[in-house]
Amino acid sequence: MTDKYTQFVSHGIGKDVARKLGLPQPVVLRRHQPGQPLVPGPILIQGSSDGADELAAALLSWDLDVRRHAVPREKLGAIILVLDELSRPEDLERPVLAAAASIRDLSPSARVVTVSRTAAGAPGPASAAARQGVDGLLRSLAKELRAGATANGIVLADGVTTTSPSALGALRFFLSGRSAFVDGQFLTVASGEGTLPADPDKPLAGKVAVVTGAARGIGAAIARTLHRDGATLVVVDIPAAGDHLAAVANEVRGTALQLDITREDAGQRIIDHAVGRHGRLDIVVHNAGITRDKLLANMDPDRWNSVLAVNIAAQLRINEALLASEHFRNSPRIVSVASTSGIAGNRGQTNYAASKGGVMGMVRATAPLLAECHGSINAVAPGFIETEMTARIPFATREVARRLNSLQQGGRPGDVAEAIAFLASDAAGGITGDVLRVCGQNLVGA
Amino acid sequence: MSFTGQSATGPEESSTSQAAKHGRDSLRKAVVVGGNRIPFARTGGAYTKSSNQDMLTAALDGLIARFGLQDERIGEVAAGAVLKHSRDFNLTREAVLGSALSAETPAYDLQQACATGLETVLGLANKIKLGQIDSAIAGGVDSASDAPIAVSEGLREVLLDLNRAKTLPQRIQVLSRLRPKDLAPDAPNTGEPRTGLSMGEHQALTTAQWKITREAQDQLAYNSHRNLAAAYDAGFFDDLLTPYRGLTRDSNLRADTTLEKLATLKPVFGKNLGAEATMTAGNSTPLTDGASTVLLASEEWADAHELPKLATVVDGEAAAVDFVHGKDGLLMAPAFAVPRLLARNGLTLDDIDFFEIHEAFAGTVLSTLAAWEDEEFGRTRLGLDGALGSIDRSTLNVNGSSLAAGHPFAATGGRIVASLAKMLHDKGRVDGRPARGLISICAAGGQGVVAILEGF
Repeated sequence: MTDKYTQFVSHGIGKDVARKLGLPQPVVLRRHQPGQPLVPGPILIQGSSDGADELAAALLSWDLDVRRHAVPREKLGAIILVLDELSRPEDLERPVLAAAASIRDLSPSARVVTVSRTAAGAPGPASAAARQGVDGLLRSLAKELRAGATANGIVLADGVTTTSPSALGALRFFLSGRSAFVDGQFLTVASGEGTLPADPDKPLAGKVAVVTGAARGIGAAIARTLHRDGATLVVVDIPAAGDHLAAVANEVRGTALQLDITREDAGQRIIDHAVGRHGRLDIVVHNAGITRDKLLANMDPDRWNSVLAVNIAAQLRINEALLASEHFRNSPRIVSVASTSGIAGNRGQTNYAASKGGVMGMVRATAPLLAECHGSINAVAPGFIETEMTARIPFATREVARRLNSLQQGGRPGDVAEAIAFLASDAAGGITGDVLRVCGQNLVGA
Repeated sequence: MSFTGQSATGPEESSTSQAAKHGRDSLRKAVVVGGNRIPFARTGGAYTKSSNQDMLTAALDGLIARFGLQDERIGEVAAGAVLKHSRDFNLTREAVLGSALSAETPAYDLQQACATGLETVLGLANKIKLGQIDSAIAGGVDSASDAPIAVSEGLREVLLDLNRAKTLPQRIQVLSRLRPKDLAPDAPNTGEPRTGLSMGEHQALTTAQWKITREAQDQLAYNSHRNLAAAYDAGFFDDLLTPYRGLTRDSNLRADTTLEKLATLKPVFGKNLGAEATMTAGNSTPLTDGASTVLLASEEWADAHELPKLATVVDGEAAAVDFVHGKDGLLMAPAFAVPRLLARNGLTLDDIDFFEIHEAFAGTVLSTLAAWEDEEFGRTRLGLDGALGSIDRSTLNVNGSSLAAGHPFAATGGRIVASLAKMLHDKGRVDGRPARGLISICAAGGQGVVAILEGF
């Protein structure tokens, strides 16, 4: 799965050549395997607030090797920078520079995670400046890290503690190999909702999940990951993709539902199948999507309409059925697949980007509607992912696209799936209306 | 237990039939949970390189995926193929082993020409009714593309003797018997061994006997294509079919065919009948490759597995005719099986909401209907007071049949049972009783198997 260039520059002569010529040096990323350690070494927690102490205590209770003070030249698995009590920009100095002294001690594929508060909720200009400052700091640091190490941030709404379920859930996600291709990103914990799983390797045990567009690529990877995490799967795709869909269903021990999601009654059919066959419905992943690229000047109604119908109109209609159903009221989770195209734009993809921008708008506006039943809805925006679809991009374009991010490589379908599995879990219950990019910190378009 | 204590021709309810009915009523039900087939492909098309085992495994895996049967130990799986390689002596069991089912699922092969698929359904349904098994998968598969080719009888005898020869001189002596003509392979054909006539030629005689017009046959073929295309467009097959090898619909389907186009085709069977030759490639089924499966269960098993119950398998009947001496047409056995089955169940043609009469040839369906409408046939051959009756044509093969879908011999029964079960379930109740459907399938050797299903 690792691309040939990454293989070449990871060992021996290729490694030397790349270093001497100053070529990009992508590494093989640390990805989650059930049972593996959360981080590749001790965790250093910087910050002196009560929140930092409570966080340290929580991590100790997970039997992690936690340090409150750096030991020079000791290799670290992660640095957590707790900045939850900033009241002015000057407050950044001590914890940030203390962490700076340990940056060179980070192991390959180590993690830096900041924990701060939303600027929007700041009591005054100085604290807002300090809080917003973390944003620029974190994104820049992510670009400085090497060897597969990433930096991501958790932003707490006011009143949410550093040890609230979703703060700890997000922290666990960022520290783990599940977030391998997430870099320079923030997750906002909006509330104290959510619960941590009894078994961290089976966070979706007992849940019934529906994944659309599951016959191949990212959708199939999502089904496999949700299955690994303990969910019972209903995999959905158009009837014409039924043979691939059946193979995925049999692999993940789930059921296949051949269904065109643009049908008027698609939502009801999904609910009926999940409840009829598996007794309940907890998670819906809107992954199905199509591209029909064309410059806007050459756009025709068919290309425009089909992309909007599948990528956003179908999601809206299915969500309406879900929100109206008595079977989708027990902490339900919806996760939609958006795209970095919908954030930064992409030449030739006005229709696709409009639909994916639409997904993000839909997610934000739907979040309050799910709050009453402790539900959540979020989106994941993939960047360059190595799939059958991107394998068809011409070589030079593809090579540029896959190197133009902080990790200097394309992501895998499984990387997108990991982010979705996390957002679909109860540990993420306090995160809603959010968009998480899985793009290796794509350098283009923020 | 015997359900066949009927005189060959007497359809009126006898005390035997009442006893049989009473016996059946005390049994538990066998329900059709659902089905799965692969699209049927004209021979030499998309499945040219697929073996029977490949196709049957694909159809099974689609069924397993639809109903979440991975690692499930099914009570029994029965399927078969009409054109079968000798190496496929355990075809169904091998397909099970290659599927996602539990390897502890037993299986057996069955072969009754074109009735194979329906007979697997009836046999397994009976086992469920008797409580011998709780779940079953019935099926069938056929490939005319990957048909077995045997060596000639002469070569076969030489090869067997060669195997028995012990010394070099003996071997040379055996080999010296070989003649060039022995090297020509023996390809399968659809000819009847006792008459030498192909099925089409046999049907041409029957078609002419019952005075079935070319127009009526073309109309039936046209309806089949139109109905099948409409069913696809309505999404009827979305939960009955799984694509295979790039095919998402039956490749024989001509959604845009017209009566005018059908009328231009030249007769291919019964050409010696001259002006009376009416059977064309358009109103006869082509050779086809494909596979189908049906999931059967007791009510309890279906409920425990949270699976749907579409229909119950009520009863079935087999019949055979003496076509060798020309008493009846080769494919006319269902004309006798249906009246017997109806009588045993206290029913008439008017009590049936959907008719599924397999379209081996348009002439077969129309000859059967003509026989039922014929006073003399009813009196002299069925032992009735008059004609059996006629059917409402709008209830015949409403989602298309073999003329449009194609006819991979052993796979046709499974196609029809799964489709009819879904239709009956969707129809709901009729006059306060469950919707009722009749299946009629003719087969080589002058045989026919018919069945009644009721919506659940």
